[in-house]
This record gives sequence, C-alpha cells and structure tokens, in this order.
Amino acid sequence: MNIVVLIKQVPATTDVKIDEKTGTLKREGVEAQVNPFDLYAVEEAIRLKEKYTGKVIVLTMGPPQAEKALRECLAMGCDEAVLVSDREFAGSDTWATSYTLAQAIKKIGSYEIILCGKQAIDGDTAQVGPGVAEMLDIPHVAYVKKIEKIGDGKITVERMMEDGYDLIESPVPCLLTVVKEINNPRLPSLRGMMFSKKAEIKHFTAKTVEADKTKLGIAGSPTNVMKVFCPPARTGGERIAGEPSEQAAKIVIKLKEAKII
Amino acid sequence: MDYFLTDEQKMIVELARKVAQEKIKPVRQEFDESGEFPWEIVKELSQADLMGLYIPQEYGGFGGGVIELCIAVEELCKVDGGIALSLAATALGTFPILLFGTDEQKKKYLPRIAKGEILAAFGLTEPESGSDAGATKTTAKKDGDFYILNGTKCFITNGGVAEVYVIIAMTDKSRGSRGASAFIVEKGTPGFSFGKKENKMGIRASATCELIFQDCKIPKTNLLGKEGAGFIVAMKTLDQSRPGVAAQALGIAAGALDEAVEYAKTRKQFDHPISSFQAIQHILANMATDVEAARALIYSVARAIDKGDKDVSGASAMCKLFASDVAMRVTTDAVQVFGGYGYMKEYPVEKMMRDAKITQIYEGTNQIQRNVIALDLIKKSAKKK
Repeated sequence: MNIVVLIKQVPATTDVKIDEKTGTLKREGVEAQVNPFDLYAVEEAIRLKEKYTGKVIVLTMGPPQAEKALRECLAMGCDEAVLVSDREFAGSDTWATSYTLAQAIKKIGSYEIILCGKQAIDGDTAQVGPGVAEMLDIPHVAYVKKIEKIGDGKITVERMMEDGYDLIESPVPCLLTVVKEINNPRLPSLRGMMFSKKAEIKHFTAKTVEADKTKLGIAGSPTNVMKVFCPPARTGGERIAGEPSEQAAKIVIKLKEAKII
Repeated sequence: MDYFLTDEQKMIVELARKVAQEKIKPVRQEFDESGEFPWEIVKELSQADLMGLYIPQEYGGFGGGVIELCIAVEELCKVDGGIALSLAATALGTFPILLFGTDEQKKKYLPRIAKGEILAAFGLTEPESGSDAGATKTTAKKDGDFYILNGTKCFITNGGVAEVYVIIAMTDKSRGSRGASAFIVEKGTPGFSFGKKENKMGIRASATCELIFQDCKIPKTNLLGKEGAGFIVAMKTLDQSRPGVAAQALGIAAGALDEAVEYAKTRKQFDHPISSFQAIQHILANMATDVEAARALIYSVARAIDKGDKDVSGASAMCKLFASDVAMRVTTDAVQVFGGYGYMKEYPVEKMMRDAKITQIYEGTNQIQRNVIALDLIKKSAKKK
C-alpha cells in the first residue's frame, strides 16, 4: 500500500512576527519544526506500512529549508521524501497550495491513502487537507481518531465529533486528516537518522508538476489579506494593590460579592 | 567544549537527548518513587536502536564501541541516573560475551540484546564476597556435559528483569582465584531463582536483585572462556565497563550542574539573583571544572579502549574513580545551591544526589579502584627496571 503524507514546516515558537506590508508570517530566522499535528499523520502512515507493507512518501511544499522537516520524517521511518519548491509558489493561499500539492501527488502516481494533520499550528485553517482531496476528486474524512480497517477497496475510520464519534466507511483512495488522539508519534531511530542523512530528496518545481501557472502563488490565490492585526488588549478591570495577604483578603470579598464563591 | 565527535556520534547524542527529554523526564519522579522497572522506556531505547550501540553490526548492533555507549549513557543520565541502567548494566552483562564468547554464543545472544528484546546482567558480587572477589563461594561442579551451579549472588543490577546472566563461579576452589570460571545462565533454567528485590537509596528505577542457584544445571557449552579464566573474564569486562559507570556519574553530575545554573539565575535573594553572588559563582565554577575534567578523561579512555589499547586497567579505574567522586561532589553542591528547595523531592537535585552515591560503590568501590590504579603503577615501574 502506498501512503502519501502531507506535512508542513512551521515556526517552532508561538512568538511569530507578522509582516505588516504583506500580512503574512515572517519566517526568517525563526526555529522551524514539523507541524506537530502532522507527526500523528506520519506515525499513522508508518504503522499502516508496518501492518500492510508498502511505502510511505512524505511530501511538503515550502522553501528549500523545509528539506529539514522532510528528513525528520525520514528518520522516523518514511521511505521517500518530496519537496515541492519553486519561487512561483510564493504567497500561495490555501487554495493555491491545495492545487499545487494535488498536482505533485498526481505526479507521484499511485497511492491508496493520503494522510495529513488536522491543521497547521501557524495558519490554523485546516483547509489544505480537504482542499487537496477536492482537487484530486477523491473522498476525504477530517478529524480521524482511529483507522478501524482497510480492505476490499474500502476504509473504515472513526471521525472525532464534539459528542462522541462517527463511524465512516469510504472508498479508497481517499484522504484523511488526523487528530492527536489517533496515536503517540515515535521518536526517530538511529538507523532512521542514518538513512535520513543520506537519503535523496526529490525536488518538484512548477514545471515538474505541470501546473497551470495562473493558479500558482500569490497571483493564483483568491484570498486577499486586507489587514492583519492583533486584537486590542482588554482594558478596564480593577487592580487590587497591597501586600499579598491584603490582596488575597480583598479578592475573596470581591468574589463573594459576585457570588462566584 | 568540542570533543570532535563524529557525525554519527553527534546523532547518538541528539537521539539520546530526545529520548531523555521527551520520554524519560516526564516519568522519572514516578519511577523513582515506585521503584518499578521502566519497561516502557526500555521499549523506547530499543526502538531508537540505542540498546545495540556497542554491539558489532554482524550481530545486529550499531557497531559502535565504548565511546558510543558512554556518550549515550551520559546524555540519558543527565535526566535520570537510574533508568539508563537498563542499558548500561546490560552492556556490563554483554561485554563478557563480546570479549570471550564463541561465535555460537555470540550468535545466540547478541542479536536479541542488540534489538533490545532481552536485557543482560553480570553476577560477581556475593553476600560475603564484595571487594574480595576471590572469596567467591558460588560453585560450578562439572557433571558430564553439564555444570551444576550452587550459591547466591547479590546486588545484581538488572536482576530479575534480564534474560541472560553472566555468572562467576568456582570450578576448582583449591586453585583460588585461578579456580573461577564464567558461565552464561538463562532466566528460567531450573534451579535458578530470584531472591529479594532491594529497596534502595537511589537509582530506584533500576532493578537490583539476589540470584539464587540451587543445583542449577547448565550445559557445558555455556562456559564462557576457558575453565579457570573466570576472574580474567571479570577483570577484562570491568576494564571495558568502568568508563560506562563513569559516564553514568558524569551524566548525573552534568545534569545537576545544569539545574544549579538555571536555578541560580532565577532565585532572588537580597534583591539579586543568587548567580550574581561570588559565593554561588565559585561553587558553580568548581562544579563545571569537575564535570569538564571528568568528561575529558572518560572520552579519552573510551577512545583508547576502542582503538584496541590493551593496557587500560589503570586508566579505566581512574575514569570510574574520578567521575563518581565528581558526581557526589557536584550533586551535593547542587543541593546546596538550591538551599532548602534542593532538599525537597519537588526539585530534581535531591534525587541526583541519591543516585550519585552508588557510582562510588558499585563495579568496584572507589577504594578498590585506587588499589587497581596503584597496582598498575607498581607493575609498570617494575617492568621499567
């Protein structure tokens, strides 16, 4: 069984700066990591491979330095890695990204399952996974917390809901986005790290994926970011001054008045 | 300081640090309190390929040597000096097979040890024979194609949890220390049972147990090395393994130093962080100097062993002696830097101080290490004449 995992390299910090002109994240000089939700997808892919045999191809779209994120996934046990990178992709919104990734997956060819994390922790849109499925014209299930079984051209999964879960059967090939409840991602192994260090990473450009140039990058992105801003800090409230013991006594009185305690 | 580790060795350090930080740190206090054996961490170490670091590739290991073992143990022990013993004590039980085993013995045990499927242990100490290893009472009597073992070993690290034990027993008491032999005994052999599990001061997540042999019959093919070579097997094994204990001590010390520095920067007294006071700075400076010196010594000796230097008894004993004394000093000072908080279980340094103490005692007390070093000096001096 061939499994494709889509990952994203994201800043390894919550303290990111925003470029005021373009309204996008400033990624220069910030430590990067594999999007934590994607690690669950990588783990699940490796488990499926161990159970059903086959290979895991990890794929990301990003700048050249995203190669590091791919190598981390290879060290965990993925077999091949593809970096989709081209200046023409710069400024892509979720639509253009989904299109580009779908083109890259078409180039890879045969696959049974595509796995993604439920969302990236930088943009938090959760749109690219399902977007890719639409562009490829295959079914998708989001928020999967368990893969029950695969066989006879079908897959049965549990989709996490706010009050319980849905049991869903889908034909394969299909795309799943997974939640953290699905597994506990492994650490890399020494053999994996050795393999990863030497492994060749395939590079796909706009030309390789045979993309329609009008659908790429900032020009191909229907989303226009008008403005990015931090919501104003909350004002008002009351400060209780004094020694800690006095402050405690005063706050207790206030809380009692408000009938909170 | 740059110790010019190879890319592979840097990878080992990075991986061991990951396991320590992400898997061991969250559970270290729990295992210290319960004294249970950390099987879940053994699984992590196996999956990361760390259990077979020092085992040749032809037997399914990573193909490293003593230095690879030391840097991994150091890194793991920065976070927990007890849990890492599942690896370090297995190495102690595996070295005699690596050094003296026949190809069949190696093929039988090493691949499973390398994969982390089974753990190993080494049994020399007895209730009445600690530093005086020559007083070993456990006997192995030849009986046709078998040996019959009788006696008790105590304080055996990985006792009860290991599947493979290398046991030193007397085959001919009349020959004294030349009458000892080494044997491989598997868990589950009839007549081989476990006594009490010790309740210890430190390294509580490590299993320490009594081994009891009552007419335990093992095939003669389990003899390791020649009959009568038991103490040579033991001494050569310890020469290889002492840098590992030293690395455990180094890790504990380095971990305590890191904790002390971080704490000193945040703890404020007299309106200033205590790290701004010379009284604290000098303690930290001494700790750091001790740690760096121990590291330099251990890495040098480990590399000498891996390069095939046969004359390592003295240097290997120095590693263990120096690093374990450093660990005791540095962890005690770390508790001092933390003050009252350091004495509390809520902070990690009290455990580090408890864990450090054993490194001055086991695999030969530091007094015995001094004997080894002195004997080596005198021998070499005699050879010069």
